[in-house]
Amino acid sequence: MSGIINSGSKALANDRISKRIKSAIRTDRIMTVVFSLVGGFFLALIIALAAYIIIKGFSGYYPGLLGFDSDGIGNQLFNTVYLVFLSLLISVPIGVLAGIYMAEYAGNGKLTKFIRISIESLSSLPSIVVGLFGYLVFILMTGMRWNLMAGSLAVSILSLPSITTTTEDSLRSLPKSLKSGSMALGATHWVTIVKVLLPACLPRIITGVILAAGRGFGEAAALLYTAGQSTHINWNNFDITSATCPFNPFRPGETLALHIWVMRTEGSLNPNSQEIADFSAAILVIMVLLFSLTARIITARISRKQLGNGKDKK
Amino acid sequence: MNNTEKEIQNKPSKTLINVDKLNLYYGAFQALTNISMDIYANRITALIGPSGCGKSTFLRTLNRMNDLEDNTKITGEVKLESTDIYHGMDAISLRKRVGMVFQQPNPFPKSVYENVAYGPRINGIRNKAKLDEIVEKSLRQAAIWDELKDRLHKSALGLSGGQQQRLCIARTLAVEPQVILMDEPTSALDPISTSRIEDLALELKKDFTIVIVTHNMQQASRISDNTAFFLLGKLVEYNVTETLFSVPQDKRTEDYITGRFG
Repeated sequence: MSGIINSGSKALANDRISKRIKSAIRTDRIMTVVFSLVGGFFLALIIALAAYIIIKGFSGYYPGLLGFDSDGIGNQLFNTVYLVFLSLLISVPIGVLAGIYMAEYAGNGKLTKFIRISIESLSSLPSIVVGLFGYLVFILMTGMRWNLMAGSLAVSILSLPSITTTTEDSLRSLPKSLKSGSMALGATHWVTIVKVLLPACLPRIITGVILAAGRGFGEAAALLYTAGQSTHINWNNFDITSATCPFNPFRPGETLALHIWVMRTEGSLNPNSQEIADFSAAILVIMVLLFSLTARIITARISRKQLGNGKDKK
Repeated sequence: MNNTEKEIQNKPSKTLINVDKLNLYYGAFQALTNISMDIYANRITALIGPSGCGKSTFLRTLNRMNDLEDNTKITGEVKLESTDIYHGMDAISLRKRVGMVFQQPNPFPKSVYENVAYGPRINGIRNKAKLDEIVEKSLRQAAIWDELKDRLHKSALGLSGGQQQRLCIARTLAVEPQVILMDEPTSALDPISTSRIEDLALELKKDFTIVIVTHNMQQASRISDNTAFFLLGKLVEYNVTETLFSVPQDKRTEDYITGRFG
């Protein structure tokens, strides 16, 4: 008799459990769909944006658009690459060294906390403010005219925090056993950092550098009053001190991003301004994508070399 | 303790490391109290005891790895061949003479070759032929040359746990230390890898002095010549292994060995 009653209540309990399980599975399936939709949305957004810009840019293409005169954007393209290169030259060494300091040498006191807050604030500064600061310090105070160097210094201010933070975070995320292993072999702290810890962080640091470079490619506001809006360069001039030599960093140089703005405002007197602006946008997007892709390939190669291709067979 | 010391010294061996009244503090907490013992050359000395008894902390005082932690204070003396390691030499030179193998294998994310060549390289050896020679010799000494000679330039992280640990031993050997400290080197490994490393230790003691921390008493009795039993930061008993395990002189040692605690 009791057997029948027990199995009855057991059946009820089982029923409740299976209802709960079914509901959990249903929720799981719904959320999987939601996440996939969100992911798909982002993918569609990026593809639509990139496709629209690139198609619009190339639809107005005329021969000479890539040229190096006032109808073409060749000079601006060169300026952009050169400026990003210069700004990385400044911000990567300083940023990496700062990141090393924060991760390996700084204590936990008030000063360190203050430094950390400063770095974080630096990265949220509005770029036009940085540009005006750059104008004040690099142009007015030095008495120079608008130049690429001032522009790259301004961009460095903006990209420095992200490189510092990336370096510091990736160093901190390494297992402590790596440092112990190296120090136990009689290596000094500095040698350990340079020969073991930094190489182990290389993939993540490269990613941080891509982000910094991306900032430089797209920066416009910070360059308005530092690098300037004009470009007069003579590709036959190899005298690096001359104002028209392409490789002189102390000459004014308009970048692609700024060129788009100029073409849509002051430069609209140029009959081709619309096509130039659209094409500049397309080229900019393609360059950023290419840069990102190349850096990812390099990162993957380094990662593979460090970690092996997965476990060997025993 | 006197009889014990005589017994150990009857086996012909010189004292390589002399520890005298060593105390270690982590901040206000005293982790080691008044440790005095001699470690003999070309012998395997095992440090046993329950978790938290200070055996790993003591091991790390022998190559000054405790210096890497904040807020540690040491009183007393540790001498390597009559030179005080805390006041008579710098930590860098010390660690080239006293190497360490850790509980979790920790190869660098580099190739096998680069892992072993790391030590010699930072000691200034640049000649490729010399490095090749050192790498091969160290891998042979660690009994892992045959397994790895065809994949020297592949990443060390692709190896199994046991292979990684033997690689770490080879990496330590490449610096040609006098002493090898092993902090529970086999506790993360399977029985076969464990026995390989135990055989390796027995081989290595011909050329090196080994101090091994182990929580596995069978391991201690299998491979060590002398055993020290630690409890709550104190050295309770230190004797020839056979004697300590068969006729322990302190009741606490007896309790630990027979499994009454720990």
